[in-house]
Amino acid sequence: MNVLTFTDRGIYCPAGDFHIDPWRPVPRALLTHGHSDHARGGMDTYLSTDLAAPVIRHRLGPIRLDTIRYGEPRQIGGAKVSFHPAGHVPGSAQIRVEVGGEVWVVSGDYKVVDDGLSTPWEPVRCHAFISECTFGLPVFRWTPQEELRDQVNGWWAQNASEGRFSLLGAYSLGKAQRVMHLLDPSIGPILTHGAVEAVTQVLRDQGMPLPPTTRVTPDLDLKAHAGAMVIATPSALNSTWARKFGNASTAVASGWMALRGIRRRRGTDRGFVMSDHADWPGLNEAIRATGAEKVFVTHGYTAAFRRWLEEQGYDAGIVSTDYAGEEVLAHDEAPKDIIDEDAPGGAVA
Amino acid sequence: MKDFAALYGRLDQTTRTNAKVAALADYFRTAPDADKLWTVALFSGRRPRRTITATSLRDWAAERAGLPLWLFEESYGIVGDLSETIALILPPPSKDSDQPLSYWIARLRELSALPEPERKAGILDAWDSLPGSERFLFTKLLTGSFRVGVSQTLMTKALAQATDQPETEVAHRLMGDWTPETTTWARLLHEGEARDDSARPYPFYLAYQLEDPADLGDPADWFAERKWDGIRGQLILREGKHHLWSRGEDLITDRFPELARAIDWLPHGTVLDGEILAWDGDHPMTFNALQPRIGRKTVPKSLLTTAPVVLMTYDLLEQDGHDIRPVPFQDRRQRLEALLTGLPPEAPLRLSPPVPFATVDDLREERLRAREEGAEGLMLKRRSSPYGTGRKKGDWWKWKVDPLTIDAVMVYAQAGSGRRANLFTDFTFAVRNGNELVPFTKAYSGLTDAEFRQITAWVNKHTVQKFGPVRQVEPVQVFEIGFEGIQASPRHKSGVALRFPRMLRWRHDKPVNEIDTLDTLREILAAHG
Ligand SMILES: [Zn+2]
Repeated sequence: MNVLTFTDRGIYCPAGDFHIDPWRPVPRALLTHGHSDHARGGMDTYLSTDLAAPVIRHRLGPIRLDTIRYGEPRQIGGAKVSFHPAGHVPGSAQIRVEVGGEVWVVSGDYKVVDDGLSTPWEPVRCHAFISECTFGLPVFRWTPQEELRDQVNGWWAQNASEGRFSLLGAYSLGKAQRVMHLLDPSIGPILTHGAVEAVTQVLRDQGMPLPPTTRVTPDLDLKAHAGAMVIATPSALNSTWARKFGNASTAVASGWMALRGIRRRRGTDRGFVMSDHADWPGLNEAIRATGAEKVFVTHGYTAAFRRWLEEQGYDAGIVSTDYAGEEVLAHDEAPKDIIDEDAPGGAVA
Repeated sequence: MKDFAALYGRLDQTTRTNAKVAALADYFRTAPDADKLWTVALFSGRRPRRTITATSLRDWAAERAGLPLWLFEESYGIVGDLSETIALILPPPSKDSDQPLSYWIARLRELSALPEPERKAGILDAWDSLPGSERFLFTKLLTGSFRVGVSQTLMTKALAQATDQPETEVAHRLMGDWTPETTTWARLLHEGEARDDSARPYPFYLAYQLEDPADLGDPADWFAERKWDGIRGQLILREGKHHLWSRGEDLITDRFPELARAIDWLPHGTVLDGEILAWDGDHPMTFNALQPRIGRKTVPKSLLTTAPVVLMTYDLLEQDGHDIRPVPFQDRRQRLEALLTGLPPEAPLRLSPPVPFATVDDLREERLRAREEGAEGLMLKRRSSPYGTGRKKGDWWKWKVDPLTIDAVMVYAQAGSGRRANLFTDFTFAVRNGNELVPFTKAYSGLTDAEFRQITAWVNKHTVQKFGPVRQVEPVQVFEIGFEGIQASPRHKSGVALRFPRMLRWRHDKPVNEIDTLDTLREILAAHG
């Protein structure tokens, strides 16, 4: 019998009678992380890591949420379950499920490089690995973190020296804080859009090492903050809200910025190639490190990536899920503010 | 190459004109002369020709990256640009190179002359020496597809700033038949005078689209004529020779041998601006008649009789060897009339007749008559204006007739390339014929980015069938298609081909059973073909 099956509600474990990141109401949901395409309302009970819980509560309101630490084993029915760092956003997890000695792992979203904030990704040995492949094509290879730090601060310093605001679009959960963590606070003050500040405050209360930020309110004296970095949601960049910063320089931080066409269409001055998903070398490395023989790929360039894996000798399949896929989704159609930060819709909005 | 890549990066990173000009001017002040010369050449469309096939480049890149070809193709489909795909899939370079742009261009010419194994080794080595955008640009040069979003006007402005000369002088110097092999930076921009080269054309003056003639002010300040639908040309008669230039700065002298006879009637030191038109003896023929002559270097005799051309002349730029562009239009026009009046009908020159008017309403009426006159609208020129350089607002306006239109339904969609790689932007439209839908044109412009995103989301949800990159969609979305001309075409199932088709409006209000029919198209063909 399979450890996990794929249903129209989400990934299901018959032995433990629970779902992982379901998209329709179920009695028991195990969540990999708090992005809106993975964490949805309407479940009877939830289980997440203790580190992911505050954001999930913030987003879903009063829910019955139980928490678990990384690596802590828990028996659920006939399944032995544990959560392991996925390195995607703070608190994000891969979920390991063992039934009768057979081990399957659901990756959730993940990246293999250390962003300085999220608990770094760890390989989990398994027989079957269910992997996302948002960026499962060889054209995606991320800029190293140190280079990103120089790029972002260099851009900010240049704008600050000209007295201009630096308006940076980054999703409110994960990417925004990752950017903050890279910033050199000696350049100037950091301002935030309300949606960014709300999540940042939740993470700060958890003890994340984040620099001081000031929320942009209608009565904030912008002149006194000339040259500041302003971190906003990508959608806010095109809104009337952004106009108050006058002749600001604009940028977006996203893995899609690796492609010139998308970067240009986004129409910002700069595009920083910064993703919280694994790039092509990252995906290949991660899959190798699990030791799995069977790999299921979910959202992203699934058809191409499956074929590639098969040619590398894996037994590979595609699982269709409701997670953000390769199809272009206009940003204004996205359900909530906290959508997956690298969904293509974010880049083209 | 680093300076050049940095320049390209700065240009690519901004949409603000001033920032682009500043980036260019900085570069033209600091880069080595050989690089500056190549940069001007590249930015004015004088790019080296492709000498290595795209297939070879693709094969070599995939092999070096250790990827199967199908995966390369898959990636190319997403990226939409061959050079960018190659630059992205190759492993990071193991070497670093400080060589300038001119070195890499010389290198790629050297390599293209070598036999295949050495050539391949040389290119792999170049890729392994160039990081990120440098590798992308080198590959763009290799594939002969280098383009940049900088207009000639912007570059001219930056060069004028960097070399401390008037823009008009720079613009004039950049015209003509030079390449980086035939000139130097000093000769192109500093030595002698722009007019020393007897074949060198003047920069063309271009008109802006007029929205409302009421904005023009006093009608008495303006001169009106037809906007002719042919090929803009500048005819130069100097030192016993004639040269014909197109607006795209191509020398097209040999393609229109009829104009050689202008020398028989006009003195040397004459430069005329006008429109090359196919001419039936009394009237202009449609643009369709001119079409077969555009792509050919030499003209078969039959075409000289079925579609002979004239220059419909509307301006005089040089007289008796003097540059008279600063002279007011009204005076230039009088001199032009004096020059052309009384020429026999066999002279390949016609004077573009004035369109008399007293009021703005007269103009509106004349514009509506444009199609029957074989023209595509009106030109309005300020009587007191000098002949300018490039596209400048204020003195020359074009006021085109409204396009022909038809309401049609979208039946196929295809993703765009480059800038629009993950949006559906290329569509095929159909009209009704009884119960059948007959595809008749493609169109890929006219929508806003927001509309393209909206239609892309719709296509994703309403695809009926996939044929490679093409999606057949439910025939639901109705668009008003605008076009400038129509001709019979046996190659197309509909029997017609449109000129400059584009989407004018997304007709959310119109159901598919109210779209136009094949008969409507045939009627338009009968009236305007
Ligand atoms: Zn996520």
